[in-house]
Amino acid sequence: MTRGIDLSRPVLVAVAALLAVMIVLPVGWLLVVSLTSKEGGFTLANFATLFTDPTFVDPLVTTLIISCSVSAICCLVAAPLGWLVARTDMPLARTIRTLVMASLVTPPFVGAIAWEMLAAPNSGLLNQLWRLLSGMPPDEALFDIYSLGGLIFVISCYTFPYVFILVANALDRMPGELEDASSMLGAKTWQTARLITVPLALPTLLAGALVAFLQALNLFGSPAILAIPAGFHTLTTRIWSLFQFPPKPELAAAASVPLLVLTVLLLRAQAMALGRRGYAVLGGKYGAPRPIRLGWLRVPAVILALFVLAMPLFLPYAALFNSAFSRVASRIVGPDTITLHNVKFTFLELSSTMPALKNTFLLATASATLGALLALMIAYIVARKAMRGYRVLGFLATAPLAIPGIVLGVGLFLAYTRPPLALYGTLWILLIAFVTIELPAAYQQLGSAFHAVHPELEEAGRMLGATRLRTLADITAPLLRSAVIATWCFIFVATIRELSAAVILFTSETKVLSVLIFDLKESGDVGAIAVLSLTMVAITTIVIAAANRLHARPQARPA
Amino acid sequence: MRRRQFVAAAAASAALAPLAARVVSAAPAPTALTPELIEAAKKEGKVTYYTAMDLSVAEPMAKAFETRYPGIKVAVERTGAERLFNRIGQEVGSNIRRVDVANSSDAAHFIVWKRQGWLEPFLTPDMAENLPADQRDADGAFVNQRTHLSTIAYNTKLVKPEDAPKGFVDLLDPKYSGKLVKGHPGYSGTIMTATQQLAKALGWEYFDKLSKQKVLQVQSATEPPKRIEAGERAIAVDGSDYLFWMAKERGAPVEIVHAVEGTPQISNPMAIFKSSPNPNAARLLVGWIMSPEGQEFIVKVSGQYPANKRVKAKEGRPALASIKTLPEDPLEVEKTADEIKSRYQRYFKV
Repeated sequence: MTRGIDLSRPVLVAVAALLAVMIVLPVGWLLVVSLTSKEGGFTLANFATLFTDPTFVDPLVTTLIISCSVSAICCLVAAPLGWLVARTDMPLARTIRTLVMASLVTPPFVGAIAWEMLAAPNSGLLNQLWRLLSGMPPDEALFDIYSLGGLIFVISCYTFPYVFILVANALDRMPGELEDASSMLGAKTWQTARLITVPLALPTLLAGALVAFLQALNLFGSPAILAIPAGFHTLTTRIWSLFQFPPKPELAAAASVPLLVLTVLLLRAQAMALGRRGYAVLGGKYGAPRPIRLGWLRVPAVILALFVLAMPLFLPYAALFNSAFSRVASRIVGPDTITLHNVKFTFLELSSTMPALKNTFLLATASATLGALLALMIAYIVARKAMRGYRVLGFLATAPLAIPGIVLGVGLFLAYTRPPLALYGTLWILLIAFVTIELPAAYQQLGSAFHAVHPELEEAGRMLGATRLRTLADITAPLLRSAVIATWCFIFVATIRELSAAVILFTSETKVLSVLIFDLKESGDVGAIAVLSLTMVAITTIVIAAANRLHARPQARPA
Repeated sequence: MRRRQFVAAAAASAALAPLAARVVSAAPAPTALTPELIEAAKKEGKVTYYTAMDLSVAEPMAKAFETRYPGIKVAVERTGAERLFNRIGQEVGSNIRRVDVANSSDAAHFIVWKRQGWLEPFLTPDMAENLPADQRDADGAFVNQRTHLSTIAYNTKLVKPEDAPKGFVDLLDPKYSGKLVKGHPGYSGTIMTATQQLAKALGWEYFDKLSKQKVLQVQSATEPPKRIEAGERAIAVDGSDYLFWMAKERGAPVEIVHAVEGTPQISNPMAIFKSSPNPNAARLLVGWIMSPEGQEFIVKVSGQYPANKRVKAKEGRPALASIKTLPEDPLEVEKTADEIKSRYQRYFKV
C-alpha cells in the first residue's frame, strides 16, 4: 500500500478537476450555446427573442411577481413564528421547531399536488367542506389553487421553513442581556421587541427574504404542477417547455442566463446582509436569553403556530393519506370506501416503481456520500490553507449556489451529450448534477465545523509522521463526525426531493422517483402519486432517524 | 373514411422515404411466433414498451403478456405521446438503446421515424392475414394497435342531460365558462391529432374563442376523464373516450357526447425499433398484442376499437361505423405539428 507517500497533491488536483467537470464545463457550454444560432454561427438573436417575445417576457414578469410575494409572505410568517419558538415560553416550542424542519422533507411538487387535492376549486376537499358548511352552490369556491395567488401560497408553504430556521437560529444566538436591560429600564415587552429584538434580527430577516426570493425564483416543481392548469408559465417551466419537441436548447440556454445573473446578484446582496450580522455579538459570552412570558397569550400563540404548520404539513399529508386509500381523490375515504387499489397498482402493476425506487436511493446514497466527502476535503483544504489556490476551490464549491437546478440541468445536458464525456443516459450525469447542486450547502456546513477543530491536533499528527490524509482520517474526521452525518442526511434528503435537474437529464433507464411522480401527474394518476409520495417520505424519515441514532452514540465532543 | 386516411398516410410516408428505403417498399415476409423465437425472447428476458396508453390498460396488458410468456418482464414507459416522441428522439439520437416497442397516439410520429429509418418492419402471418390494409403500413414498418376517439364528456351530477352540450360549438356558450377541462397538444398525441382535425373542421377561430372560456388546462388526454370523475370540472372538451367509458361502466357519474360536428378519431400505431436491445421479445410482444388474444384483452379491459378483424368491438359500446367521426390526417399533423403547438400556446398561454 501507499501508506508512506503523501497522497495529498494528487487528491487536491483531482478535486479541482472534478469541480471543473461539474461546474465549469456545463456553464461554459450554456453560455456558448446561448450565443449560437441554429446553424452554428455567433448570434445575439436568442437574447433578442428572450426580451421581445411575449412568451418569454410574460413568464419573466410572472416569476418576479411570484418571487417578491413569496419572499414577503415568508418573512411575515417566519419572523413571528421564529420569535415565538426561540424567545417565548410558548408551549410545544421544541415540537413546533422540529415539525417546521420536518416539513422540509416534503418535496415542493408533492406539496403542490397535495394542495390540488385540498383546494382545486370544485373537487378540492377544503372547498367541498366550505360548500357543505355554507350551503353555497357547486361552482362557488373558497380557494382556487389554479391561480397566481394559489401558486404563491403553495411555494410559500415550502419556503418559509428556510427563513424560519435562519431567524430562529439567529434569535437563539442573540444576547439576552440587551433585552433584559431594556426591560429593566422600564420598557414593556412589546417595546423591547420593537426597539431591541427586531433591529437585531433585521439583517438575518433580510438574508431570509433573499433566500426565499431565490428559492421561489428557481423552483420548478410547484409551478410545473400548478401554473400550466392556471394558464401561465414561470421562467423555469418555460425553460422546461423548450426541451419538449422540437427541442430548442439555444433558447433554453439563453432563457437560463437571466436566472443565473439574478441569482449571482442576489447572493452578493445576501452575503452583504449576513456580513453585518457580526455587530449583534460584541465581545464576551452572554447568558442564554430569558424566554419572554406570553401570559394568557400562550394558548393563542400555540394555536397560531399549529395553524401555520397545518399549511405545509397536517393538511397536505391528510389529503395524501386520503387519496392513497381512495378510488377518487375528491372523496373523503370512509370505512366502506377504503381501498387498497392504489397501493396494489403502485407496487404490483406499475412497472416503473421498483426501478425508480432503486435509482433514487442508489443516487441519494451515492450523492450524499460523495458530496459529504468532497465537501469535507474542500472545507479542509480551505480551512487549513493546505494548497495554493485554495481560494479558487472555495469559490468553485460555493459557485453552484448561483446555478438554478434547471439551468444546471440544461448545462449538463449540453456538456455531456457529446464527446469526450457522453454521460447522458447514465446515472453518472444525475450523480454529477445532485452533488453539484448540494455541494455549496454541504461545504458551508462543514466549513463552519472545521473552525471548531483546532489545527494543533492535526499538526501533532503530522509531526508524528502521519500523512495529511491519515491525519484527516484518524484525527479530524472523528472530531467532525456529527457535522459529517448531518451533512450526509442533508444531501440525502435534498437529492430525493430534486426534480428540476432530474427532469432534464433523466432517460427511461435512469428515471428517479421525483420524475416518476411528475410523469404520473401528467396523466392525473393521483392515487399512485399519493402512495409513492408517502413511501418516499417514509423511507427518507427512516434513513434520517437511523443516521441520527448513529450520531447520538456517545463520542468525544470536539474541542 | 378511416380506411382511406390511413392508407393515404402510409402511402405518402413511403413516398417521402429516402430512395434506399423505397427499394424494399414491400411488406416483409411474415415471421411466425415459433418456439425458437419464444425461446430467444425468453433468453432476452425483458422488453421495454413505450406507450401513451393509460396505465390502467397498459400495465394489465403487460401483466397478461408476462403471464402468457413467463420469464419475460415488460417495462412500461408511459407518458404523453409528444413527450414520448421527444424522449425517443433524444435517446436514439444519443445512441441510447432502450426502446424496443413504441406505441403512440400521434400517428405522425411513425411517418418521421420511418423516414429516419429507425423502424424495423415486422408482421406475423396472423397480422398479414387479419389486419385490414388500412390498419398497417404498406411496408409493414408499423401497424395500428387500436383506435380510440377524443370525445366531449360531462359529469352527470354537475350537468343535467338537457343542459349538456351537443357539440364543440355549444361549448362556446357563456354558461359553460369556467366549467371546462381540456388536454394539451404539446403533451398529448390524442389532443394533437384532435386539434388538427378540429382546426380543419371549425377553423382556428374556434380555439381562440374556446380559450376565453376559462378552461382548466391539463396535459395528457388521459387526465380530463379523471378530472370529470372527480368533479373538478363539469365538462371535458376532449379526452380519451375509453377512459370516460371505463369510468361510466364502473358507476362513475360520467356521460359521453359524440359531437354533432363529428368526433376526432385517433389511431394508435405501434412499431419495433431497429436499435431494439431485445429484438426477439419485441417481436413476441407486438405479435401477441396484435393477435386475437392480445386484441381481445385490450377490448375487454378498455373497449377501444381493435385492429384485428377477427376481434369484435366491446358490447355495449357504440359501433365505430355508427359514430360521425372527423377525418384523420397524420401527414398533415406531421407537417403542421409545430404550428399547431405555437398557435395553441398563443391562445391558451401555456
